[in-house]
Amino acid sequence: MASKMYQCMQKIGEDIIANKEFLTDLDSAIGDADHGINMARGFTEVLQQLPQEEEDISVILKKTGMVLLSKVGGASGPLYGTAYMKAAGAVTGKKEITLEDGKNMMEAVIGGIKMRGKAERGEKTMLDALEPALEALNQGIEAGESAEDCLTRMCEAAKEGVEYTKTIRATKGRASYLGDRSIGHQDPGATSSLITLEAIRTFYLENIK
Amino acid sequence: MVGILIVSHSKKAAEGIFELAVQMAGKEHRIVAVGGMEDGSIGTDSMRICQGIQDANDGDGVVILADLGSGIMSSQVAIDLLEEDIEVVIADAPILEGAVGAAVQAAIGGTLKEVTEAAEEAKQLSKLG
Repeated sequence: MASKMYQCMQKIGEDIIANKEFLTDLDSAIGDADHGINMARGFTEVLQQLPQEEEDISVILKKTGMVLLSKVGGASGPLYGTAYMKAAGAVTGKKEITLEDGKNMMEAVIGGIKMRGKAERGEKTMLDALEPALEALNQGIEAGESAEDCLTRMCEAAKEGVEYTKTIRATKGRASYLGDRSIGHQDPGATSSLITLEAIRTFYLENIK
Repeated sequence: MVGILIVSHSKKAAEGIFELAVQMAGKEHRIVAVGGMEDGSIGTDSMRICQGIQDANDGDGVVILADLGSGIMSSQVAIDLLEEDIEVVIADAPILEGAVGAAVQAAIGGTLKEVTEAAEEAKQLSKLG
């Protein structure tokens, strides 16, 4: 039987693939119009290559990262590849994870993306969704909220972060060539990060809770 | 001999630059080109770049010449993925002129530092005298 972690990654992959055109449209406004196509190609391969019965969460995450590194093609390949491999490193050998693990994974992911992309929050990137998401998760954990409430809070913050990317200018990646003309458009990478977090939340509500 | 790895989003661009660089380097070169994705489409692939580093290395290290955007990022990931201990430098240089400069320096027995510098000097190259 497919493991829960495989099913969760399947949900993430399916949601990314379902948003292929949406992400590509966002990227065609400010980038090179390949984000959705590249991410869908990457996750199609991930779903084919992942060992379905594997229960070790870190093994699934690491394999996902390796496949994305070699199949995505654009800058989101090394960024998401690094993100998943860093997440794997935060939960080595685990078959179940807690909110605290989730927080450690998010911290590792954000650290990896900053290191790889040499980016900071406020530059119209994935970080504008992920950093507020981590802060919200931390607030939920500190307030002793349920996993459902923490995940909901996290997704709401990521969504606000994506909205915020509409108001700022891109200084990283291809969109930076547009200067002020990038204002008004939401960032495709922040959007795919939000889709990923929402897929995790939905999976939790439908299959774990 | 120092190895040179040419990394481009395009298979054809990588092969074309490889051709030009090899012409300057002579028969004994350690130049390798990795262009595009495995299926020939446009993009960069850290796994193939990682293999390219190993193919270009004969013990004296490897200088990478990469093109835009994820060419650099995927090369950095490829270096992190290496299991062997290989000295690798990503040159801050234009890919074509840098590769040609590096090929000449490598062919005359330059060190990793010298080959990198030769590649990076291409940034200052004035084409109109």
